[in-house]
Amino acid sequence: MFESLSTRMTGIFRSLRGRGVLREEDLDQVLRDIRIALLEADVSLPLARSFLAQVKADAVGQNLINSLSPDQLIVKIVHDHLITLLGQQGYTLNVDKQKPAVVVFAGLQGSGKTTGAAKIAHFLKTKGQKNVLLASTDIYRPAAREQLAILGQQAGVDTLPIIEGEAPLAIVKRALQAAMAYDVLGIDTAGRLHVDDGLMEELQSIVALSKPAEIVLVMDAMTGQDALGVAEAFAKAVPLTSLMLSRMDSDARGGAALSLRAATGCPIAFLGTGEKITDLTPFFPDRLAGRILGMGDVVSLVEKAQSVVSEKEARDMEKKLRRGQFDFNDMLSQMRQMRNMGSIGSLLGMIPGLGQLKEQMNTEEANQKMRQTEAIICAMTPKERRDPKLLNASRKIRIAKGSGRSVQDVNVLLKQHLQMSQMMKSLGRMNKHQLRQMGRSLGFPKG
Amino acid sequence: MSWFARLKSRLSKSSGKIHRGLVSFVTGGVLDEAGRQELEDTLIAADFGVTQAAALSLAVAKRHRGQDVSPETLTQSLRDVLTDTLSVHARPLVVPAVSGPAVFFLVGVNGNGKTTSAGKLAAYFQGLGVRVALVAADTFRAAAVDQLRVWAQRAGVPLYEGKDKQDPASLVYESYARAKAEGIQLMLVDTAGRLHTKQDLMESLGKMVRVMKKQDDTAPHEVILVLDATTGQAAHTQAKLFKDHAGITGLIVTKLDGTARGGVVVALSSDYALPVFMIGVGESLEDLQPFDPKEYAEALI
Ligand SMILES: Nc1nc2c(ncn2[C@@H]2O[C@H](COP(=O)(O)OP(=O)(O)OP(=O)(O)O)[C@@H](O)[C@H]2O)c(=O)[nH]1
Ligand SMILES: [Mg+2]
Repeated sequence: MFESLSTRMTGIFRSLRGRGVLREEDLDQVLRDIRIALLEADVSLPLARSFLAQVKADAVGQNLINSLSPDQLIVKIVHDHLITLLGQQGYTLNVDKQKPAVVVFAGLQGSGKTTGAAKIAHFLKTKGQKNVLLASTDIYRPAAREQLAILGQQAGVDTLPIIEGEAPLAIVKRALQAAMAYDVLGIDTAGRLHVDDGLMEELQSIVALSKPAEIVLVMDAMTGQDALGVAEAFAKAVPLTSLMLSRMDSDARGGAALSLRAATGCPIAFLGTGEKITDLTPFFPDRLAGRILGMGDVVSLVEKAQSVVSEKEARDMEKKLRRGQFDFNDMLSQMRQMRNMGSIGSLLGMIPGLGQLKEQMNTEEANQKMRQTEAIICAMTPKERRDPKLLNASRKIRIAKGSGRSVQDVNVLLKQHLQMSQMMKSLGRMNKHQLRQMGRSLGFPKG
Repeated sequence: MSWFARLKSRLSKSSGKIHRGLVSFVTGGVLDEAGRQELEDTLIAADFGVTQAAALSLAVAKRHRGQDVSPETLTQSLRDVLTDTLSVHARPLVVPAVSGPAVFFLVGVNGNGKTTSAGKLAAYFQGLGVRVALVAADTFRAAAVDQLRVWAQRAGVPLYEGKDKQDPASLVYESYARAKAEGIQLMLVDTAGRLHTKQDLMESLGKMVRVMKKQDDTAPHEVILVLDATTGQAAHTQAKLFKDHAGITGLIVTKLDGTARGGVVVALSSDYALPVFMIGVGESLEDLQPFDPKEYAEALI
């Protein structure tokens, strides 16, 4: 979406260059496109409306003379607004002032509370050296308390022993007693509909009794338009302090985060990113803003790339490319760098527009191919790696044996290398402008 | 209270909204472009998605181009268009007449109501006189089997469970033979929740479904995607990928007892040729009801 957004915007704004200021009429088409992007990301309709009005108010009359092009300017305004709405990064749970500090987890059925409670307990234990006790008050969903007990074990924290037939408030009382010896008491609550008055009152009583330092509202990142009303109702019922967005490892764009923020004003403390106890990540507003706009998590990808490829390596590679040299050593080191960044699947998932591709392509197969290729290159002598022309039939047979592959596999690799170096040569002849165009057509934002 | 009345009362909040909205869309008796856009927005707010909302509102507008129209007529039109769209692929969920046990799978993302729906379905078919068994093929999530065991007891049907951490495909395979020997007519398989974006988990689901074919090449007879009504536009890729990997044949929409409308199923039904079989309207055994497009449209608008 964002790709088409930015190309369309470029078209619309081309005519504006040198005209001085942005005018209202010029913006309308762009705003319509942004509106669609927001709605498809599950940003709630009333929020999308007020957001667009705000962007419009900010954009109209802006001076175009500075270095930004009109499309860059509008993207920047939209992006900046989103980041402001998404709020601060690095919120830490307030669990240091009381002992035990009570953390209550609340939300709809199936939103990820129990897993979230266990993940956060594990986080507080490992990162904050806290002694954590977990207790479940979910007496409604069958085996909910057993589930928390098992997850607690995985997280390496204690859980309150289960007593059959005990009512939620009695459980809380017993948990408070038991938690005297702990730094933190995490209370998992039953999933409840925000329109279920009885259960919402129960939640209020749990809060009144346990006087929590934190009340975390947990919501599924895939939630649609309903998110706003749900969050409003929970905020009205109890004094929420922070938010957790679960299932961020899905392909949901996560517009529900805006609804949560608007309805509660609370910071987003954590994102849930998988089924394992360690799949908990801190929240960065800029990354989520990019995701909502459909830009993918480009920032994470770039950071990952930066952490494994040094500046100098990158420059050396560029020089080689420009000279049209690209031997097997280069191919090997490129593959290893890529591997350091993670599996092909996880990389594709981060690139905007390529999430789909990841589904279509058999990433496990691709990873395996890469390992096989690596084995073949490793079976070559350093001299052969530098000068592939040396590879005659007998050398190929030796390499095939050494790598456990067939001679045909070796031939395929040689052909690939030849194609790659030819491509690199032509890349080397491209100027900066052409390179950038290519990057853009591959879906990378301009840079 | 009939389920329709119940659904209607539970959907009433939005029902009010859409209906009230319709009154204001008509200015001076005609539905103009501004009115149509407002209609579109109302549908978007019910999770229909931009494309589907545009299509439906345009269809309504086309019916009344240049005519005087009352809010009531407009309401009826919208209901009709919605009913028509949902009816294209509609069919009831029935146990097919096959020589061995019929096999239904329940699949979907985590926490959307698969296990609960499996329990409710067991009770539903048991009530119709079908001999049902539940298969606990979620051998992954903590305490999932315990959860289904409670539902099996509630519904009064046998539970087939595997050994600890048994490969679900092999459990399903064994369960079929057992069901056949025990004269079971319907085997309901509860699978572990998985995100559609997890390639490996989706592949193992595919394997589980394919393994059935070795026993009976017409099985599984239904693969049902359970969808939480609060889900937004991510439901599209859910449906697509569960269809690609597991060949889903229909939907169960859960949690319609909240304020979510589940509007996205309208697009899913037409884009992926899927019937909506059942809807979940609560957490008790009887809170699962056959889906009727017309009644849904009337409850919604
Ligand atoms: N209000 C309401 N709650 C429901 C409905 N269906 C399921 N639930 C609740 O949603 C929660 C999750 O349901 P489960 O049946 O455990 O979902 P699941 O898909 O089996 O979950 P996993 O196996 O963990 O992926 C439970 O608390 C259910 O009681 C429904 O129609 N309405
Ligand atoms: Mg389950």
